[in-house]
Amino acid sequence: MIRYSVKRLLLAVPTLLAMLTVIFVLARLVPGDPAIAILGDQATQESLQALRQQLGLDRPLHEQYVAFLGEVLTGDLGRSMTSGRTVLEEVWQVLPYTLELTAAALLIGVLFGLPLGTWAALRRNAWPDYAGRLISLTGLSFPGFVSAILLLLAFAVQLRWLPVMSTATSDPVDHLRNLALPALNLGIIMTAYITRVTRSSMLSVLGEDYIRTARAKGVRGGRLVLRHALRNALIPVVTVVGLYFGTLIGNSVLTEIVFTRPGLGKLILGALTSRDYALLQGLMVVFAAFIILVNTLTDLAYGLIDPRVTYD
Amino acid sequence: MTDTATPPPATRPSMALLVTLQRNRLSWIGLALIAAIVVMAVFAPLLAPHDPIKQNIIHRLEPPSAEFLLGTDSYGRDVLSRIIYGARISLMIGFVAVAIAMVVGSTIGILAGYIGGLFDQIVMGVVDVMLAFPTLLLGLMIAAMLGASLENLIIAIAVTEMAPFARVARAPTIGLKEREFVAAGRVLGFGPLRIMGVHILPNMVSDVVVLGSLWMASAIRTEASLSFIGLGVQPPTPTWGGMIREGFENILTAWWLVVFPSLAILLTVLALNILGDALRDAIDPKLRSENAA
Repeated sequence: MIRYSVKRLLLAVPTLLAMLTVIFVLARLVPGDPAIAILGDQATQESLQALRQQLGLDRPLHEQYVAFLGEVLTGDLGRSMTSGRTVLEEVWQVLPYTLELTAAALLIGVLFGLPLGTWAALRRNAWPDYAGRLISLTGLSFPGFVSAILLLLAFAVQLRWLPVMSTATSDPVDHLRNLALPALNLGIIMTAYITRVTRSSMLSVLGEDYIRTARAKGVRGGRLVLRHALRNALIPVVTVVGLYFGTLIGNSVLTEIVFTRPGLGKLILGALTSRDYALLQGLMVVFAAFIILVNTLTDLAYGLIDPRVTYD
Repeated sequence: MTDTATPPPATRPSMALLVTLQRNRLSWIGLALIAAIVVMAVFAPLLAPHDPIKQNIIHRLEPPSAEFLLGTDSYGRDVLSRIIYGARISLMIGFVAVAIAMVVGSTIGILAGYIGGLFDQIVMGVVDVMLAFPTLLLGLMIAAMLGASLENLIIAIAVTEMAPFARVARAPTIGLKEREFVAAGRVLGFGPLRIMGVHILPNMVSDVVVLGSLWMASAIRTEASLSFIGLGVQPPTPTWGGMIREGFENILTAWWLVVFPSLAILLTVLALNILGDALRDAIDPKLRSENAA
């Protein structure tokens, strides 16, 4: 187990380097002179030159690359050009909101997706199965902002049960009310993913010999499902939840924009509208680091659940 | 991420479609919906009751009525006509982006699988990184850096969707290049390009096309999302995501501005997903035996 963990952690290093390289290349896609793109074509030669120097654009590309890697690896993700704060400061301010949102969505997804998927698998090709498949396919088809807007219209605008906008508050009840709709939105999408994977994973486990043996021995009902089948069926579910984390982050960006909720999504939108390329690049590094972290943790969890997993 | 090591049987895409339609009732609904949307896009000028771009301030923000079936927006433009024309952009971007991703992605995959060695490792390393990066964020970054326009949007979406095609094309290539008919081709003196193009490629066309129909749904979703953020085709060209972006400002008073384009996106993506899913079931031998049981 320790050997496996160490190997898995070492494997994250080249992935991180590759991701940083991709981001470095992407950040240099800005056509023409980035300094002009940022300051506008009315800017004076001096201010353009100063900005180029500040961004390191006057140096050759390979030097910029090495400098970028060095900065990132020492924890310097650059500075927002509009607020003047460092990228990490900006991220720390809103990170709790995004983490809270994704955690709540994950919780909703597990609470509803696991039972739904299991039920669909047990009643295969009967109505719970068809209903479950159609619901999960619909959930998977929603772009995150479309479902968010429909929820907003239904529960906040028409029924007025919940607030239209999330505002900062210290009252815990208001805080939960603010969280409810965004979390429900992401939770529905997450439920769709988990239902689908649980169903197919349960189906393949239920066809295994050891389940037949257990049935023959007289194990039945809840015990068979919970103790024998679900435990093994969970392994692919954990992997897929880890893999879909990236999609979850992408959808949380859209959700935060719709509900005007503070978080990484609103930070990205702000960076886009103010053409703050430095902040944008820094945010991508943060996202990349997150995704690698979650993928690594998923693989480690995989090793924990299934003792057969090794790296050779 | 694991490779699908065994090459699936080479079924023709058209055959797969027939088998799918025969077995899966739901896929009929998907196909019918897609056909309707395509017809809508192609015959937009004939079907749209009003001009989608011309402003008509007298009729601004009118709720659905007999004259404007789905209401009007804040410039007095007919929402229904804009949705009908919007189908053109969504389908066109989805189709072109997936076609580019399909051609470039599977070329990369075949090359990596055929050449092997260090080249394969480096290329597939990059592909894995692209796979791990969320489609929306990658597309957002590319579109933001290149600037919002139709071409850049297509490039951004195509780049985000190349990786899965590379993976799907690479796995069977590794098996196929050891087969007798490829060896025979080499003995006959055919160059590597001819072997890859004429002998290897046809064996995976069905897989790649099925994957394409699945990713088309994703491409349309990404296009709508980027347009909603403001990185899509610029106004006044009607796009579904852009309509929701504009309508969002009036969400408290004019629900029809966001609800109808939302339904258009949802139905299109759902129809493509239903069809893609059924096609995958028909082609994947593992799922096929599951279905037969």
